[in-house]
Amino acid sequence: MIQLEINNKQVDAEAGERILDVLKREGIHVPTLCHMKDRLPTGACRMCVVEAEGNSQLIPSCAYPVAEGMKLHTHSQRVLRARKTIVELLLANHPDDCLYCVRNRDCELRGLAEELQVRNRRFFPTHTKTEDSKTDYSNLAIVREQSKCILCGRCVRTCEEIMSVSAIDFIKRGSNTRIGAAFDQGLGASECIQCGQCILACPTGALSEKSHLDSVRNALADPRLTVVVQHAPSVSVTLGETFGIEPGKDVEGLLNAALRKLGFSHVFDTSFTADLTIMEEASELVERIQKDGKLPMMTSCSPGWVSFVGEFFPEYKENLSTCKSPQQMLGALIKSHFATKANLSPDAIFSVSLMPCTAKKGEAHRHGDVDAVLTTRELAALIRQSGLDLNALTPETSDTIFSERSSAGKLFGATGGVMEAALRTAHHMITGKNLANLEFRPARGLESVKEAIVKIDSLTLKIAIVSGLGNARKLLEEIKAGLREYHFIEVMTCPGGCIAGGGQPHQTDLAKIKARMMALYQIDKKATLRTSHENAAIQRIYKEFLGAPLGPVSHRLLHVHHQAEVQTEQ
Amino acid sequence: MHKLQRIQDICCDKCWHDADKACPDFIRCLSEGPLCHKSESCSEKRKTFFSYASRHTLTRPVIFVGAGTCGLGAGAQATLNAVKQYLELNHVDAEIVEVGCIGLCVAEPMVDIWLPGKTRVSFKNIQATAVPPLLHSVLVEQKIPLEQILGQFEADDSLTPWKGVPLLSEHPFFKPQKRWVLANCGVIHPSHIEEYWATGGYRALEQVLGHHTPAEVCEEIEKSGLRGRGGGGFITGKKWKFALQTPAEQKYFICNADEGDPGAFMDRAVIEGDPHRVLEGLAIGAYAIGASIAYVYIRAEYPLAITRLKEAIAEAEKHHLLGTNILDSGFNLHIKIKMGAGAFVCGEETALIHSIEGKRGMPRPRPPFPAISGLWEKPTVINNVETLANLPLIITKGASFFNAVGTTNSKGTKVFAMSGKVCNTGLVEIPMGTSLRDIVFAIGGGIPGNKKYKAVQIGGPSGGCIPEQHLDIPIDYESLKTVGAMMGSGGMVVMDEDTCMVDVAKFFMDFIQRESCGKCISCREGTRQLFQIYERITRSHKSEKGFDALDRMQGIMAMKQLAEVIKETSLCGLGQSAPNPMLSTLRWFPEEYEAHIYDRTCPAKVCKDLLTYSIDPDHCTGCTLCSRNCPTHAIQGVAKSAHVINQNECIRCGSCDEYCRKGAVLVQ
Repeated sequence: MIQLEINNKQVDAEAGERILDVLKREGIHVPTLCHMKDRLPTGACRMCVVEAEGNSQLIPSCAYPVAEGMKLHTHSQRVLRARKTIVELLLANHPDDCLYCVRNRDCELRGLAEELQVRNRRFFPTHTKTEDSKTDYSNLAIVREQSKCILCGRCVRTCEEIMSVSAIDFIKRGSNTRIGAAFDQGLGASECIQCGQCILACPTGALSEKSHLDSVRNALADPRLTVVVQHAPSVSVTLGETFGIEPGKDVEGLLNAALRKLGFSHVFDTSFTADLTIMEEASELVERIQKDGKLPMMTSCSPGWVSFVGEFFPEYKENLSTCKSPQQMLGALIKSHFATKANLSPDAIFSVSLMPCTAKKGEAHRHGDVDAVLTTRELAALIRQSGLDLNALTPETSDTIFSERSSAGKLFGATGGVMEAALRTAHHMITGKNLANLEFRPARGLESVKEAIVKIDSLTLKIAIVSGLGNARKLLEEIKAGLREYHFIEVMTCPGGCIAGGGQPHQTDLAKIKARMMALYQIDKKATLRTSHENAAIQRIYKEFLGAPLGPVSHRLLHVHHQAEVQTEQ
Repeated sequence: MHKLQRIQDICCDKCWHDADKACPDFIRCLSEGPLCHKSESCSEKRKTFFSYASRHTLTRPVIFVGAGTCGLGAGAQATLNAVKQYLELNHVDAEIVEVGCIGLCVAEPMVDIWLPGKTRVSFKNIQATAVPPLLHSVLVEQKIPLEQILGQFEADDSLTPWKGVPLLSEHPFFKPQKRWVLANCGVIHPSHIEEYWATGGYRALEQVLGHHTPAEVCEEIEKSGLRGRGGGGFITGKKWKFALQTPAEQKYFICNADEGDPGAFMDRAVIEGDPHRVLEGLAIGAYAIGASIAYVYIRAEYPLAITRLKEAIAEAEKHHLLGTNILDSGFNLHIKIKMGAGAFVCGEETALIHSIEGKRGMPRPRPPFPAISGLWEKPTVINNVETLANLPLIITKGASFFNAVGTTNSKGTKVFAMSGKVCNTGLVEIPMGTSLRDIVFAIGGGIPGNKKYKAVQIGGPSGGCIPEQHLDIPIDYESLKTVGAMMGSGGMVVMDEDTCMVDVAKFFMDFIQRESCGKCISCREGTRQLFQIYERITRSHKSEKGFDALDRMQGIMAMKQLAEVIKETSLCGLGQSAPNPMLSTLRWFPEEYEAHIYDRTCPAKVCKDLLTYSIDPDHCTGCTLCSRNCPTHAIQGVAKSAHVINQNECIRCGSCDEYCRKGAVLVQ
């Protein structure tokens, strides 16, 4: 334990602690831009500088360790002047189009300018439109508006350190420095897997999703189209936050009501096809084990992960389950089964999905069937734009044909959920009975890698659950080196799963992710229908339309051959 | 009977040196020995062989051509070819040796001739055409052409000096110098290890490996007071101790040869001229901290230095002075060369480490310092070339010999690369504490063309300018800081009255805003703003539109405060010292800034946009030369009457001034 003085007050700290952490504990707010919790500091933005007596330099509190007897001033005239100058310098090189900006509501740079009371332009504007600051639209899911980039490097670190993709890095030098993909080609030509975590990391409007809002609005206004919508499991436990509702509150009923008010003719729940995925995927797993198929089998519902395997581990492509993701399964059923039932031509249906994810935009583009994908952020914007007050609506249920879902399907929204749901059904498939205790604890929680050995009758299943592609890469490399062996692995692209997806609101933090996760567990706890195979709607659709899991109709509509898919993508 | 073919061959059966096993006294044994057994004849045999091998005894004339990068730039390759051609045509049996640079750039290309039994003589400015008469005169007529003479080397017992030829060491350029680091540059063959041995080379390594613990070496170096010669000036021995005291399975030593300051080239010259000295220093340092792998981080723009280094490493490995179990001490050292891609910031140690690791060269915050956690998170010491080149001397002569030279806090010598408006441009090595006046006027020979001294820019983009009133300042780390400059790596640009100080500051600001790594905001955006302020100060009011004039004044008002913020908040040394060229010129030459800002003129007539060209009607004879050669037809007038320049058309190219024979064009 050491003692130091902060703003003339004695403070205790652990040796080796960084100043910023001590300041947070003491309730002293110091602005940051490049700082990322739990990541090694890079010390790039210099916003968090503080004055240390006896040091001619101002020191970055994010990177500097405390020392015995240190005397710090966090908001002295000198410090404030430096911070303000830094923001002024950034603004000089930033387009003044806040009013048109996608981050108009929650830009961190704008917040800093306000906090530090920047009121004059002291520096020359340097944000001339050049070839270098062009906006990059080449990616199917992510738009990079380079002129708004302040080079804090958070996206680069997220892409490299958390996702281990490294699609982007700093390029060029000096005042020409910017962020770019390899060979300065567009992001679309890079190894980007479209997870969108960089968007969550970005403090400004430099990174955003490729918006499908216009096409959705146009479709809603087109009388020739029947516009249907599906919402992913994690959307209903997140959306409330953007309307002032406490984190972790499920607003499914309100969401259904809002969507109908917006003009969607049918509201479906993607959790229904999550149940269907379980039927197909559990059958596939049993078949692979019984018929000596490729193992470990790996889940395929997270499109970022599927692209990741194609990009970095092509030798494991055949380990991916051939099941389409729930979004694409529902998309396929809407344009086939639903179209027939509703007596509509598939062309007359405009199918929209609401996803916590940007990679789903790319996935929909690759497979077709879904016409537009809105992220949770875009959904919130759509609701707000239409003047709806979510709090003032009366909850409604979704439309029956594809809406009856088990809580197992809903669990897909969090890391471990697919595994838990699959085990419930696999157990029943093999033994004919349900598990005594449906809740599978080892699959729950936010740990990056979870593993377990599951015994079902004579079958011993070794399973692993991993979220965050950096963790997935490590696991895969260990499997490759023969250090680990599994039958079944669930992989979610984003750390924590869809509840922390790249399409979720910008203010997503660990506390909110936990709250969303707890909400999903609560839904499961309270539910009466908790297994996919017991879902009457699922049983019905097999009887009426699909036949049996892995049957010819399923094969045509619900499965892909990933190897082929990745090849056509390239 | 054993005949010595190569230096490492055994002298008789009692000698147990062989190619795979060295003894701790290997070097002394082979060059002065044998030590392991007593034998007059063996001793004689070794002495004679070594004397020839190290070119101490000559059997035929030797012609040395200064073929460092600087020499080659001045035409040494053609000179070299001419020498070869002459020898071939005239069937002269002589040896040609390509040596590095002796330091007197203004005398390049240089040729030395050494006849058996005579002293070695240096000749200056020997272009290819001057080669045949020179060689004819010396080799055939045994006469020294005095007009090309630079000087002769000191004679010893076996050599007869040339009569009437001045000593090289008495040359005004060399006399005040103390050449420790540069001792062998331009004198010996750079990569022939025997020649380095003959000057006492590798004795220091032999000494530390055989007789000192790493802690003792660190102590000795700290006692010597040696400070980093790359810019920061940190006490070398202290840095080593940090690394030595940090336990780790692997440690690294890095030689920083990423010399990037504009106008600095001493590291290149040392590696090109005496690479073994650097390698020996590197090995001593690596031993002192316990590193078994060392890197030389060298710019790819130094191909000759890289070649010399590779040759020297191969030679040293062949003689067991690098590699595994060096001199049977159990100490291993493997040296790898890493070529840098020419980013200025990669001279900063954490950026350099990133570069070696294969990452983008961007600095990271310190602490932790590299000595604790550096390359691949292992303890790493980074020393620059000149620092390393000082080590062999400190070990062989002792810390007290070294720290007897210099000032209180700055010991030993420092090499400067002197360039610009000075007669003797080149590499200068002086004892710390020598006055700037002595360097510029005694060694440098003053300002050419009877021009007035204005300033010396010292320390490159991180340094500052020293005006005339501070010419007597002693050169050391602390004194330079008092006048707003810094030692830096040793670039020294002399400027005369024709230099515009605003333009100089603008040049460095432009350099920095292009070479900043772009990581921290204050450096990246701040230096760009400073550069733009300079661009506006040096631009004519004619090109101003709208609120440009207001913006210009606003920039000037923000300038000093912005510089302070850049200094106090930047991440690495590059940013922290980036405003120095601006602050020092502003401090010593405020009147030049005022002229640019208020009068919108450039007193030194450098900033083109601010000049006004006019024709003095009293001197103009109406010859029409100027108007015929004006590219924009801005000059009007009829023949035989005074001409007039239309200011709206004039682009200030200066061609009228060049063409006018009457001096009638006025530039203000």
